[in-house]
Amino acid sequence: MVNLKINGKSVSVPEGSTVLEAAKAANIEIPTLCFLNGVNCAGSCRMCVVEATGARGLVAACVYPVSEGMEVRTNTPKCRQSRKMTLELLLSTHKKKCLTCPRNMTCELQRLALEYGADADKFATAAPDTPLDTSSPFLIRDNDKCINCRRCVAACKNLQGVEAIGPIGRGYAVHIGGAFERPTIETNCVGCGQCIVACPVGALVEKSGTDAVWKAMSDPEKKVVFFTAPSIRATLSEEFGLPVGTNVEGKMVAAIRRLGDVEVFNMDVTADLTILEEASELVDRVKNNKPLPMFTSCCPGWIKYIEHNYPEMLPNLSTCKSPQQMFGALLKTYYCEKNGIEPENLFVVSVIPCTAKKFEVERPELKKDVDVALTTRELARMIRTAGIKFADLEDEDYDDPFRIATGGGAIFGATGGVMEAALRTAAHMLDGKFEVLDFKEVRGTNPIKEAKYKVAGITVKVAVASGLANAKAIMEDIKAGRKNYTFVEIMACPGGCINGGGQPNVPDSVRNWTDLKTLRAKALYNYDKKLEYRASHDSPTVKMLYDEYFDQPNSHKAHEVLHTEYTPREKY
Amino acid sequence: MKGNNSVFQGTPEQEAKLKEVIENRKSAPGCLMPVLQEAQAIYGYLPIEVQKMIAEGLGVSLSEVYGVATFYTQFSLTPKGKHRISLCLGTACYVKGADKILSALEKKLGVKCGECTVDGMFSLDSCRCVGACGLAPVMMIDDDVYGKLTVDMLDDILQPYREGRK
Repeated sequence: MVNLKINGKSVSVPEGSTVLEAAKAANIEIPTLCFLNGVNCAGSCRMCVVEATGARGLVAACVYPVSEGMEVRTNTPKCRQSRKMTLELLLSTHKKKCLTCPRNMTCELQRLALEYGADADKFATAAPDTPLDTSSPFLIRDNDKCINCRRCVAACKNLQGVEAIGPIGRGYAVHIGGAFERPTIETNCVGCGQCIVACPVGALVEKSGTDAVWKAMSDPEKKVVFFTAPSIRATLSEEFGLPVGTNVEGKMVAAIRRLGDVEVFNMDVTADLTILEEASELVDRVKNNKPLPMFTSCCPGWIKYIEHNYPEMLPNLSTCKSPQQMFGALLKTYYCEKNGIEPENLFVVSVIPCTAKKFEVERPELKKDVDVALTTRELARMIRTAGIKFADLEDEDYDDPFRIATGGGAIFGATGGVMEAALRTAAHMLDGKFEVLDFKEVRGTNPIKEAKYKVAGITVKVAVASGLANAKAIMEDIKAGRKNYTFVEIMACPGGCINGGGQPNVPDSVRNWTDLKTLRAKALYNYDKKLEYRASHDSPTVKMLYDEYFDQPNSHKAHEVLHTEYTPREKY
Repeated sequence: MKGNNSVFQGTPEQEAKLKEVIENRKSAPGCLMPVLQEAQAIYGYLPIEVQKMIAEGLGVSLSEVYGVATFYTQFSLTPKGKHRISLCLGTACYVKGADKILSALEKKLGVKCGECTVDGMFSLDSCRCVGACGLAPVMMIDDDVYGKLTVDMLDDILQPYREGRK
């Protein structure tokens, strides 16, 4: 342990700790901007500068190592003046359209500027006027708001191994973008949105679909239905100031119902349906020597990633549509037929934790079954626009016929959840007496999890990875023959959907020191534990769908409505 | 700095040479810079096709290759002419009127600074100080230095290159 003093307070921290970590241990806040714990550690923005004995000048706390007997001062006039100047220089080129910026009130630059009393116009420069990158259906990049902190670049590289973006040029002209200045849609970007949740300012935001939803709700010709993805119940709370990991399913349903004349369905239903289809597909692949390992196909970020990087492995990807697209297809077929609605008059809105799903709804092969995919953030914005007092709402339940789902469907929102739900059902399919419901080996936020199960004489080797950089590691192992698995679950975002790129923006001051992934996932596993049905094949809704419409998993009808195909894409 | 739209005309020989360079260098740390330098020596510039080969060969991303290629002024994303004009816009040359020389050259050649003429004869670039401030304003064409420039001198300087005498 190393002993030092910060602002006169003694603290002992492990060797190799940074001043920033030591300050945290001493409960002393140092402002940061480019630092994002576990993602970016460059020491380049100079917001976290402090005075330390033995150092010449100010040092960046996020990278400066502690030493025995060191005395650190974090709140001297010199520190404050330097930080203020840094902010004023950043503000000199920042497009200050704060009033209407989607990040107004959640912008980290705005908060620091206020805290330090920075003069936004101290260094007046010509107003920058870079065109927005609106090329993709999921993302808007406004480089005039960018402060070049590189958090997006680091998220894209270190978390996702995608590296669709990087710094271009040098000096004053440096900016972030795709190679050869190609717009986002022409790059290998998978749309995961981890750059959006990493961005401290409004330079990266999702392309909003809220206007289209408001419009549809006021169109008398349209019937509007919403469905919410498993993880939204565990994260929407954060948008309304509730503690991380609070399950607000009941309030969420109530709030959506108050947006307009809409019905609200539970997407866990098609998560269950995915499991029935996917588990049957797995059993079929195992029994009939078809390509293995089978990869899950519920994550659209992962699908675009494999299309770009491992097109030769596409036959290994489950043909099941994602739960979002299964729901869209189900609504525009079964639901419309049953209720005598013309599919073009049904306006389908999904609420998802994800920006890649905005790309997915535009895939031509999926025929616009979902009209608009809204992120958790966008739903929260709509709730605020409608003047709904979220915290005061009484709990309400989803609408029939897509109300009841299982714990297996709910845990789709966390890494390992799809695997666990599939194992609950596949084991049952192979051996009707197999009664295990908890597969704890595949839970948790470890980047790569492996397990082996023996059911009905068959050994099933599974792997679970979240974060595409980890997916890449697994794929390379499989390609080189170092590993062989039966079934692999991949989620593009680290920790799965609960940490998706469409989830609430959490400021670095919180994110750096809170295990968001674990807290949010816990809300889902607690929910799973107390549900009446826990295995997808026990779901009465799913039974009804097979009885009334699909006959059985992987039937001809099921293939027509619930399965899809993939497109190889260029690597760069 | 964006790559231009001219059609890539790399030959199989050039590609084989680049692959050899990549093979020889790829195990060394920090090999991207020397590979880019050699690639530019082979192709004369670094178009997207070449940068993709480098990314693939070294196992780094295209955005990283492009980031390095745009960071250093020694790298060019556009083809260079048969003769390379490099006009100094350093402090001494600038105060002696290099900006006027630049506009005159742009007008005479019909290109912007950083571009290459349609016939591939001249490319025009600016640089910062060739170490001959006493001769300001100064430009270099290939390895020849021309000093104390005036706009009137430019035609006479360019003519021998146009006629293939230089």
